[in-house]
Amino acid sequence: MSPITAESRPTLAAKARLRWDRQASRYMLLYPERGLVLNPTAADVVQLCTGEHTVGAIVDRLADKYAPQPRESVEREILAFLAQMAERGLIRSGDE
Amino acid sequence: MSEEPRPYTLVAELTYRCPLRCPYCSNPTDYPRHADALTTEDWLRVFGEAEALGVVQLNLTGGEPLLRDDLESLVEGARRLDLYTNLITSGIPLARERLARLKTLGLDNVQVSIQDVTRAASDHIAGVRAFDRKLEVARWVKELGFPLTLNVVLHRQNLDHVADVIALAESLEADRLELANTQYLGWALVNRRMLLPTKAQLDGAREVARAARKRLQGRMEVLFVTPDYYAEFPKACMDGWGRRFLLVAPDGLVLPCHVAHTLPGLTFDNVRTRSLGDIWRHSEAFGAFRGEAWMPEPCRSCDRRTIDFGGCRCQAYHLTGDATATDPACSLAPAHGLIEAARAEALEPTDAVTYRTARPVERV
Repeated sequence: MSPITAESRPTLAAKARLRWDRQASRYMLLYPERGLVLNPTAADVVQLCTGEHTVGAIVDRLADKYAPQPRESVEREILAFLAQMAERGLIRSGDE
Repeated sequence: MSEEPRPYTLVAELTYRCPLRCPYCSNPTDYPRHADALTTEDWLRVFGEAEALGVVQLNLTGGEPLLRDDLESLVEGARRLDLYTNLITSGIPLARERLARLKTLGLDNVQVSIQDVTRAASDHIAGVRAFDRKLEVARWVKELGFPLTLNVVLHRQNLDHVADVIALAESLEADRLELANTQYLGWALVNRRMLLPTKAQLDGAREVARAARKRLQGRMEVLFVTPDYYAEFPKACMDGWGRRFLLVAPDGLVLPCHVAHTLPGLTFDNVRTRSLGDIWRHSEAFGAFRGEAWMPEPCRSCDRRTIDFGGCRCQAYHLTGDATATDPACSLAPAHGLIEAARAEALEPTDAVTYRTARPVERV
């Protein structure tokens, strides 16, 4: 499993599916027998994990949205989140 | 309870019929009394009512769900509701074309069971020749682009094979491996003397699983479900009675767990006569063991009551005759001696199998 870097183009694992939970007005990431509640930032990132965008591009886009939070801090958060998700097998780096 | 209970998972037991005869089957021992009674339309209405209650996960199981010839319609309906749908199957009887069709209709995940890692041992537990076919089905699952869960129920006769099970799961490229120790209820309770492992066996297998989980992190999820017979505290059975899970049996009974209908003195409602939402929120049976009011000591004043919710009501009843007793699996339970006696019995096991059968069986 290769680590996710700024150049990776992450994708959602085949077993995972994003779903809007209208009961609680939030996104959930569903996978076999489990569900993960995503906060709005995490949901923004997951929606961009299509294999099309690099992590760098995802950070650019979200740094705009979360201004005035500095880009470096957005990048740090996103990389940490993606590493966690990769460990759970929910996101692939796209580098394999 | 501060939080309104919300079901996240609907376990749809589409039929209790099954070509396999596993001696630890989770279906009740009197399963023929609960014949299939729900039509395709009934099930689709149930799925819709479940989704409206908050359910996001749907387990299509049984028995063998493939024996329902309306499975395709059910999968299609579930997908329309955006439910994450998991087919829990023995893989028998299945043609590749049918599996491909289920993929097109939106099935999300397939869970295939094997009973052991060799043909002879697996078929011995299944009570039919099925092993080769199961492996073939597992390969189709991956070829067709599904995520694959491989499930193995663990007991005395296969716990020493866990390393080989993991290797097999890797070779099949399983996404998730469920190493689930037998729950000693129903058929498994009848066969406890044949199935219950020793502590040494269990500790060995747990260690193998732990190492594999670390090694395979991110590639294959390795789940090891410990048997509560060797735990200090009971498990949070179903995450607590009527808290997260809803189960609908083949005859339409709505249950908090797989065998709740074996508990005496509770009246379970049927989806044919009452809506799922009404049953979940207001039925006597779902209220019976929700919260803490029903708890005896030592649960009532125990710090763990919000962690394990008093353990398993069915285990309490089937071992002590009292569904409100503290789960005997708990080391603090007055009836814990029953578990200790069973552990002692595991040192003198039997190989005699009572296969699942439609005929009434004597309880141990």
